[in-house]
Amino acid sequence: MPNVVIVGGGPAGIRAASILVEAGLKPVLVNETRQVGGQGYRAPAKSLAVDINALMGSEAGKYQRLHSLFASLQERIDYRSGTLVWGVHEKVLHTLCDGTAGTIPYDALILATGATDRIMPLPGWTLPGVFTLGGAQVILKDQGCLIGNRIVFLGSSPLLFLAALQYHKSGASIAAVVDTTPLSAKRAAMRDLAASPRTLARGIVYRASLHMAGVPIIDGATPRGIDGEGHVEGVRITDGRGRERLIPCDAVAYGYGLKPETQLAELAGARFRFDPIFRLWLPETDADGRAGADLYLAGDGAAIGGADAAEASGALAAHALLTDMGRAQPEAELARLRREVERLRQFQRGLARAFAWPVAQSATLSDETVACRCEAVTVGEIRSAVHAPLGPREVNRVKAITRCGMGRCQGRFCGPALQEIVAGACVVPIAEVGRLRMQAPVKPIPLHAAAEMEP
Amino acid sequence: MTTRMRVAVVGGGLIGTWTAHFLARRGLDVILIEKGMVGAQSSGVNFGNLRLQGRHPGQYPLSLRSQALWEDIEALIGDRCEFERTGHLYVAMNDAEREKLEQHARVAESHGLVIERIGCDELRRRWPWLGEGPQAATYSARDATSNPRLVSVAVARAAQRRGAEIVEHTRVTEVCRNGTGFTLETDTGRAVDCDAVVNSAGAWALNIAEAFGETAPMFAAGPPQFVTEPIPYRVTPSVQAVDGSVIFRQILRGNVIFAGYPRTAADPVLNRAPVPPIKTLNGMRNLMKIAPFLKSAQVIRVWSGIEGYLPDMLPVIGESGTTPGLYHAFGFCGHGFQVGPGVAAVLVDLIVDGRTDTPIDLFSINRFKNSVQVSDKLAREFDLPAAAGGRAG
Amino acid sequence: MPDEPKQRTHKGQFVRAVPRHGATLRLTIDRDTVEAVEGDSLLAVLLLNGRVVRHLEFGGAPRAGFCLMGACQDCWVSLGDGDRVRACTTLAANEMVVWTDPQKAHADA
Ligand SMILES: Cc1cc2nc3c(=O)[nH]c(=O)nc-3n(C[C@H](O)[C@H](O)[C@H](O)COP(=O)(O)OP(=O)(O)OC[C@H]3O[C@@H](n4cnc5c(N)ncnc54)[C@H](O)[C@@H]3O)c2cc1C
Ligand SMILES: Cc1cc2nc3c(=O)[nH]c(=O)nc-3n(C[C@H](O)[C@H](O)[C@H](O)COP(=O)(O)OP(=O)(O)OC[C@H]3O[C@@H](n4cnc5c(N)ncnc54)[C@H](O)[C@@H]3O)c2cc1C
Ligand code: FES
Repeated sequence: MPNVVIVGGGPAGIRAASILVEAGLKPVLVNETRQVGGQGYRAPAKSLAVDINALMGSEAGKYQRLHSLFASLQERIDYRSGTLVWGVHEKVLHTLCDGTAGTIPYDALILATGATDRIMPLPGWTLPGVFTLGGAQVILKDQGCLIGNRIVFLGSSPLLFLAALQYHKSGASIAAVVDTTPLSAKRAAMRDLAASPRTLARGIVYRASLHMAGVPIIDGATPRGIDGEGHVEGVRITDGRGRERLIPCDAVAYGYGLKPETQLAELAGARFRFDPIFRLWLPETDADGRAGADLYLAGDGAAIGGADAAEASGALAAHALLTDMGRAQPEAELARLRREVERLRQFQRGLARAFAWPVAQSATLSDETVACRCEAVTVGEIRSAVHAPLGPREVNRVKAITRCGMGRCQGRFCGPALQEIVAGACVVPIAEVGRLRMQAPVKPIPLHAAAEMEP
Repeated sequence: MTTRMRVAVVGGGLIGTWTAHFLARRGLDVILIEKGMVGAQSSGVNFGNLRLQGRHPGQYPLSLRSQALWEDIEALIGDRCEFERTGHLYVAMNDAEREKLEQHARVAESHGLVIERIGCDELRRRWPWLGEGPQAATYSARDATSNPRLVSVAVARAAQRRGAEIVEHTRVTEVCRNGTGFTLETDTGRAVDCDAVVNSAGAWALNIAEAFGETAPMFAAGPPQFVTEPIPYRVTPSVQAVDGSVIFRQILRGNVIFAGYPRTAADPVLNRAPVPPIKTLNGMRNLMKIAPFLKSAQVIRVWSGIEGYLPDMLPVIGESGTTPGLYHAFGFCGHGFQVGPGVAAVLVDLIVDGRTDTPIDLFSINRFKNSVQVSDKLAREFDLPAAAGGRAG
Repeated sequence: MPDEPKQRTHKGQFVRAVPRHGATLRLTIDRDTVEAVEGDSLLAVLLLNGRVVRHLEFGGAPRAGFCLMGACQDCWVSLGDGDRVRACTTLAANEMVVWTDPQKAHADA
């Protein structure tokens, strides 16, 4: 039996596993988190008295279906939870589990590694009390905690209103939801958004519910900075009408949508192309998720598409893999899945337009603003490196010279902004400045992890 | 009529940039052509060691000349590039290795280097974080480190200020004889006429040599490098196990950079220098043996580079054997960072004065006309039989 | 400075919104003893009891994590035995000794 490995225990990975199990295979499913379900549908720890149905709202049914699907698979797959894949080389995955390094060889690999928040630096964004929007949701589901006593939700993302509503339902005090996208931009994106009326309707409902609950909602604002001595004390914005405002708070949930976790895909040999709508470099795949020999990508880790697209693309990737193994797959089902994925990803493109990544903000950032939180590199240092004689005009060179992106997170959080800052300073289209290259380990690994292994 | 001599330097690594700088200082008309960005290859990604201990005996005069230039770097280019005399601790795990250290020490001392011999007890007293393995060591205080990411660019800027023309993103595609001089063709369409050519094209240098009827058995490889998260500063010297299993140093920011043999094959055509994860694990294990206090430090990043190696582990330096006016300096076998400025100084001696006082016969490209002595390092320090590493570009 | 938020009820950054049932754990954070519940992440314990998770190596600025899902690596802390852990993906354990500053952990060792 071929050795098929899936990385990622979210909707994409679980659905891929289920298709493979139906075909009589026993895939290995590797998942970094202890709790299964991925980022959006993560199961809370058992000891936590969280009402997951209330928290998931309209998605509760899907949440339950995914988890019962996983429960039905558990005996029929080789599930490795709490296991990080930190490297891929010559058809071997390198793992870290409980502090010990290991390997998993594979014949075919499905990567369903999901996404993390996309962030634009802002003065004060490194202050304690500022968290990613996705993180704010995760800590609520995973730990039953709110990120603060009085919270501002700031940025531009379909998850902004969802997260705020989840917080509101959990008894949080919300100082404001500050959406940085002007309403006009959202209207302009309506055509793409019509591709998924249900999701669109959900977004409108979230927003209306918050409004009804008396949560202040500010549209089209420009964030100026996060103030505080040692921790967050307030958010400074210019609102849609040009007024300067200071919103007192002790926590900020901040984000501009999601960005695929593509590190493993790169190490496994995927090629990348620049996507002008997301303004990100995304791995190249065919419609079914093929990204190279014996390599398949699914879910948000391939292209941001949301949980439904993740499931459908996970199924597609598994079917593609089986097809490539010489097993005929149901063509009608494949066609349906392809349409589904395409429709949902189309919708996400609309969302990416509606909830715009603040390109202009990168140009107005003050030189003192920290761009790389790991290495404490400022926007000014990047700009002056670029402007120096023989200055770099490509992000990997900028990294080599400024250290931006060299720290523990490997450029996950500064990467998108670094591209904008460098492109802005060089006055060239963003695609020309390249993208940060990846090397294993994709996350830090301790020296002692190697101790047990035979050389 | 006096026209200035015009020299074209191919390759903007450490060798090329220092050469351009010194030539410009001597008043020559210099153009440096780099296919990518200055200092982005080996010269910009190396370990940063300016090691004097354990060098090939025939290389000491060159090495020491180079070190004197490094020590003067701020005066020479107006930038220190994090140059520090950190010292180099060469450690032995057993008697055989101690004997090897002793041999190295005698050679170094014969060239005037001061070497301290350190026994087991003193080793623990002075560097209490060392693990149980090390039994003896030699220490050279003059060995140093610098930040490779900064140096080549800083040198190129200094050359620019002296009037050298630095052209990036331009690949030299052909070098032809043109009377007593040369014409260089490039992929941007620009052609350059000159009186002399410096071939400092690193792992890509063979094309130019071969155009003039000579060659060298150069292959490309990359020594994998690893770095930990920043941890409180504790390790001052560069530390190297004499068996080559590990070499490490801690930078002032706190990160510990480490490396170890064997080297991995690299691809100069696709511009790839992979680091197989197994190398990372080996490096981690070897580092932990010598410095167990680092066991919980997290490895956050790895990289390598594309370096040209020759079977006798010595570079090619000097005038072409076939073509007057063509000067080679390539194939630095993993130690070109230290000798870089010295090599450039020698090239300038040759180009401007027609001779040099620094002995370089050992490095002549003509040595490959006969069968050369294959270094015993070749078997120990590379993954595969060297030839399998693939011909350099 | 903006108005002090009225609702600040405790010294922690995080607020527990959902009760957790489980054994009580005792941990030491920079010499202070704190209580936690089995299942709590180390980051949750740190931020339910304070506002700082670590101090940046470069300049010492306080940090309190950011992504809360193991991606940003801005929550690494030192344990009493010298081990280094990512607080947001590490479960709290009884008698854990946590240092928000590796320099202090080092001095103490
Ligand atoms: C923080 C966050 C919150 C969200 N909240 C919601 C929400 O409330 N409602 C909603 O509808 N949608 C939400 N979404 C969107 C939705 O969750 C995603 O579209 C969906 O989860 C994508 O599924 P996936 O399977 O592609 O990836 P994910 O669900 O993200 O799963 C990826 C899995 O891969 C694992 N993984 C990643 N890298 C590695 C590695 N190197 N080694 C081992 N394992 C690895 C991760 O631990 C994770 O479990 C959220 C997304 C994020 C990022
Ligand atoms: C990972 C690593 C660690 C190392 N550690 C050390 C160390 O600690 N100490 C030490 O002393 N040495 C070390 N070395 C070796 C040292 O870095 C090299 O010997 C030295 O940098 C060589 O310099 P160079 O200028 O010859 O080569 P390079 O830096 O490779 O420069 C050659 C340049 O020529 C350019 N080029 C090539 N062909 C053309 C063309 N046709 N037209 C235009 N331009 C062209 C290339 O783009 C390149 O920039 C290490 C090497 C590596 C890879
Ligand atoms: S908070 Fe980002 S990794 Fe822990």
